[in-house]
Amino acid sequence: MNAITMAEGVRAGELSATTLAQESLEAIRARNDELNVFLHIDEDGAMAAAARVDDAVARGADPGRLAGVPIALKDNLCQVGVPTTCSSRILEGWRPPYSATVVDRLLGAGAVPMGKTNLDEFAMGSSTETSAFGPTRNPLDPTRVPGGSSGGSAAAVAAAMTPLALGSDTGGSIRQPAALCGIVGVKPTYGLVSRYGLIAFASSLDQIGPFAANVADAALLLEVIAGHDPMDSTSLPEPSPNLVSHLDDGVAGQRIGLVRELIDGADAEIVDAVERAAAVLAAAGATIVELSIPELRLGLSAYYLIAPAEASSNLARYDGVRYGLRVDADDVAAMNEATRTAGFGAEVKRRIMLGTYALSAGYYDAYYGQALKVRTQMRDAFRRAYEDVDLLLGATTPSVAFTFGSKTNDPMAMYLSDVFTIPTNLAGEAALSVPFGRGEADLPIGVQLLGPGRSEARLFAAATVLEDAERGS
Amino acid sequence: MSGLTRTEVAHVAKLARLRLSDEELDLFTVQLARILDHAADMQSLDLADVIATAHPYDLINVVREDVVRPSLARDAVLAAAPDAEDGCFAVPRIMGEAP
Repeated sequence: MNAITMAEGVRAGELSATTLAQESLEAIRARNDELNVFLHIDEDGAMAAAARVDDAVARGADPGRLAGVPIALKDNLCQVGVPTTCSSRILEGWRPPYSATVVDRLLGAGAVPMGKTNLDEFAMGSSTETSAFGPTRNPLDPTRVPGGSSGGSAAAVAAAMTPLALGSDTGGSIRQPAALCGIVGVKPTYGLVSRYGLIAFASSLDQIGPFAANVADAALLLEVIAGHDPMDSTSLPEPSPNLVSHLDDGVAGQRIGLVRELIDGADAEIVDAVERAAAVLAAAGATIVELSIPELRLGLSAYYLIAPAEASSNLARYDGVRYGLRVDADDVAAMNEATRTAGFGAEVKRRIMLGTYALSAGYYDAYYGQALKVRTQMRDAFRRAYEDVDLLLGATTPSVAFTFGSKTNDPMAMYLSDVFTIPTNLAGEAALSVPFGRGEADLPIGVQLLGPGRSEARLFAAATVLEDAERGS
Repeated sequence: MSGLTRTEVAHVAKLARLRLSDEELDLFTVQLARILDHAADMQSLDLADVIATAHPYDLINVVREDVVRPSLARDAVLAAAPDAEDGCFAVPRIMGEAP
């Protein structure tokens, strides 16, 4: 059942939130040992939240737009009292003293958080293989990765454990796992969703966004969590946009750019899916314009200096003093070093090292400084493109879900799986991945739609056109 | 080529408060050099006249009303700390004994 139908049923008193939460728990327990989706199942919290919704309905109070809908939370989102690890030993056992704004908004809308999902350690990875608590398996083929870093949240929806999930997207960490798991994933405009209570990775890039099995559910979830929050100084000072009411706007009269750099290097079956998507959009009345944005080729290089640089600064707070792990030593500096050495995994150390190097005296201008200038060029290139077209179209990933271990020995090979998603984060713009077609071994393919800042309504409308075509096929 | 050396990697680890084994130093030297080499496509560009972008939006001077609001309870925060004493975070000694 989709989230909108569930919420309507609960609001009308025809469905019980408690029953929906129990069914979700059963679905989680049925496959969690096999798939390692949830790191923590919050049964007590979920049943209490569901009971509050049922009580509100019984009293005749408004239970909220997501009344009784079970949702999975990526384990880098704080929920008061619920263990939050970022899939790292350094935060193992920590229970946050506060909740993320998005969690408060979900609870206010009557959603029922079921627990915390696995991710690559501190969201650094594209497969969940860097999690300190073992990888998540792709529900569609457990020999393959679910993508990452939000692989657990994507798998929760793909395995029908919950109809909705939240993730975070710094370089593709929502869109890439959504594509690999055959669901919808959205990276909203930078600033649209408050990051208060999201554990920081790269603050100029991080953005929270929705996962859902269909476009309409994702739009509703984004409406619930978006909108200004004074607790996040990067939050856009405007209310949540109207998305659901524009789902059926279609694409007639729109100009959509098919971007060469967003399909070059992808497997043939992926390119084929993107070209078929372009044909569907054209048949629905859009004008497809083939174009090239050469600056996008520099995205990967810029990202893998900017994100680690910001991470090296953000992760300096894990020093064994205020929260999480402490490994004792004779003095503070030795304690800091022993704690960080024991608490961080290899990929996190690699990125801290890379970022520290890129920011260090003598290399700052050549690496970090140059990357920031490339970022300007990329943002300007996108803006020029959007003077001519309304949206852009490309692949989400170069391939369908890959097998475990196939990229773990070569960091660059893993980083390349984000080559099509990274530019949006650098520009602070919006993009989503929608399932379109199947590839090797009948695995899902995701097509990516990109738009300028605040273009979410248009993105969802175009995604609806593709989704309708898929359902009809 | 970036020409990154093992000595530089060891120095960076020290700056980042990480202790690396000999094997990790060898591996990271190779892997970090490969990632930096990939950035060579960027370094060859002449971007002297381009202004750097550190942040996607130009929100500046975000302030709120200067009014007292509730904050997190001290006990709740200290309860999550590895060690606390007299309402403060407790850490190992930072100086030697007084003479």
